Amino acid sequence: MLTCEPLKSYEEGCGLNEEEMNMKLTGAQVIWETIIQQGTNVVFGYPGGAILPTYDALVDYQDRVHHVLVRHEENAALAADAYFRATGKVGVCMATSGPGATNLVTGLANAMMDSSAVVAITGQVASYLVGSDAFQETDVTGVTLPITKHNYLVMDVNELPQVMAEAFYIARSGRPGPVLVDICKDVQQKMVDYEPIASVQMRGYRAIKPHGRQDIPALLQRAKELIDHARRPIILAGQGIKHGNAHEEFRAFVEKSGIPVATTLLGIGVLSEDHPLNLRMMGMHGEAYVNQAIANADLLIALGMRFDDRVTGNLKTYAKNARVIHVDIDAAEINKNVPADVGIVASVKDVLRELTPMIEKRSYPAWMEQINEWRADTQARDVLNVALPDDMLLAPHVMRAIWEETKGECTICTDVGQHQMWETQYFQHTRKNQLITSGGLGTMGFALPAAIGAKFGRPDDEVWAIAGDGGFQMSIPELATVMQEKLDIKIAIINNNFLGMVRQWQELMHNHRYSAVEMWTPDFVKLAQAYGMCGLRATNIKEAREVIRRAREHKGPVLIEFVVEKETNVFPMIQPGKSLNEMTRRPIQPAALGGGMEFMKEKAR
Amino acid sequence: MLIDRIEARKNPTKHTLVALVENKPGVLNRVASLMRRRNFNIESLAVGTTEDPTVSRMTIVIDASRTNAALVERNLYKLVNVIDVQDVTDLPTVVRELALIKVRVSDAQHRGEIKQIADMFQSRVVDVAKESVIIEVTGEEQKVDSILNVLQDYGILEVVRTGRIAMTRG
Repeated sequence: MLTCEPLKSYEEGCGLNEEEMNMKLTGAQVIWETIIQQGTNVVFGYPGGAILPTYDALVDYQDRVHHVLVRHEENAALAADAYFRATGKVGVCMATSGPGATNLVTGLANAMMDSSAVVAITGQVASYLVGSDAFQETDVTGVTLPITKHNYLVMDVNELPQVMAEAFYIARSGRPGPVLVDICKDVQQKMVDYEPIASVQMRGYRAIKPHGRQDIPALLQRAKELIDHARRPIILAGQGIKHGNAHEEFRAFVEKSGIPVATTLLGIGVLSEDHPLNLRMMGMHGEAYVNQAIANADLLIALGMRFDDRVTGNLKTYAKNARVIHVDIDAAEINKNVPADVGIVASVKDVLRELTPMIEKRSYPAWMEQINEWRADTQARDVLNVALPDDMLLAPHVMRAIWEETKGECTICTDVGQHQMWETQYFQHTRKNQLITSGGLGTMGFALPAAIGAKFGRPDDEVWAIAGDGGFQMSIPELATVMQEKLDIKIAIINNNFLGMVRQWQELMHNHRYSAVEMWTPDFVKLAQAYGMCGLRATNIKEAREVIRRAREHKGPVLIEFVVEKETNVFPMIQPGKSLNEMTRRPIQPAALGGGMEFMKEKAR
Repeated sequence: MLIDRIEARKNPTKHTLVALVENKPGVLNRVASLMRRRNFNIESLAVGTTEDPTVSRMTIVIDASRTNAALVERNLYKLVNVIDVQDVTDLPTVVRELALIKVRVSDAQHRGEIKQIADMFQSRVVDVAKESVIIEVTGEEQKVDSILNVLQDYGILEVVRTGRIAMTRG
């Protein structure tokens, strides 16, 4: 019935009753309301006594938030990290006090090192028990202080709505990172007036805090001049381009400037690897021609990367003749490892929007010719050139087979070690943020929980977890999570019965003294079956292709064990402390394999 | 040994940072933890409240020959509770330090001499006991160093220094 009477009150106008206008919620409800408001609909967690009120409230939020019960809290944090990398939405993990919270530590350190926006919510003992060594009490804010961007202990429910909003804001703004909110059990139970917090104003925190007063136009002008005068420039592209969602601006800059691009491990995917100017990954296990190009460059344009020691090798000899333009959103990265001629504290997106129109469209034929000469030498050494005997399988062949069979249309989550580096070398990444891997911390066991997180983030995508036999044995319990959640994930285990990368270091730097690296492994196929999962095995390249095809056809999770040659090394390699041009190279490969594994083992020439 | 310390303090590589931080529990811990994990060397760190009860002020002194002061400043900015950081090293500032010095006195003559020394440094004797006195001295570090140097011969029993506090002029 229509009425022309004026509305009686504001509440009526909003269609809210008085109760809704002054919503009283429990602390637990505030937690779920905030998570939903922040656009995250998956939480990875594990319940326990001190977080019970929040899990109790979850029953009423199940239609809006999906909770994934992991089998170990560390994997909740790692899954949340990968969820962020797959979606750009803040990943959320949850654990109880004491051991639950301390189990998050590795995952949070991983998110810190790789700048992933993660909010960890932990239960704490009741506020009146804090400090009394109560059951399952741990000083979690103290423990996680150095491995979080910020953390909170909430002892008063009235602070909770603000703290929760701040946590999400801090996690995803500026340089993303993990934020932990430790919430006392009684705070979860108490009532508070709740109003969704639309925007966060914080006194100290600014997403970008430039050092001093930057004269951006002058810095850009100097950058332009350095670019104008460069004859052998190279762009070093890092994950900051992803985080700033600057893919388009980056591509435009690369194409106009004509400058070749080397990416960091986490920068893989900022530019398609079939782009003619993408040289691919640099650093310790980057292809030789990429490192040669950096070592001989006269200008480095570092965008959203932090000159990690795995990238630079020996700093004293690093790109000695190069001027450096460094753009990073984190002021503390400028001049930290490599002094910058031009250091700009800003988002890569903003800088490239300004800088690209300023520069000339150019190309560097002589420089590219030199790089291509180096590249040809690298290609002549490719292990894939060798025809393998029927009883042998090498990990690089597996990576190439996965790439060819999937046509590169999948998300890959790797563990840490040799297989991780082979993946970067033999899988051509053409899609945005296609590779999800643990870079800075090098967290073994990352692949499977990461694949779980990524699958929730990209439910329609084909998701592969690629792990070594070592790392995978650290996350076996999550096979149960995969089954419980009915996740269609393809798990590839590269089994060489060794901690491969550690063995490689022992071989090359500790005179073949193998200490604690030989690994007994279970029958992975039977293990898969024990979890109710399809299990497959391949021992040569023909079988490898066959099982990859079968796995992809199978609807549902599949675990594949690739039994590979035990003692192959990842080359090239810059040994710790060595310079970019002191790589241990692959030998030039014979067309056919003439006995033994010597072809993989030649040292630096 | 004391002389070495004095020489070190004259080292021009010393940088003074002033940080305004939120007056909340644990903020000092966050700053100290940052310094520790980044392997930054702090010479002194003085904390106190300000005209605004929600803000504390830290004066941090760094030996820039061992630690890059700009990196310290930028890392401090990364802490969520840090409101503002300023390197005041090259600015005109008033710099002070307070020290309490407990000196051995063996007889009345010594006590008189020490009183005279204290007067000369415009400092005060704030406690007198049978075998010791406590002198309160305020000033720039060099002044504190100097009186320590002079009193050394009498036998210094205990020293406490607040560390440098600084305020820009004007």
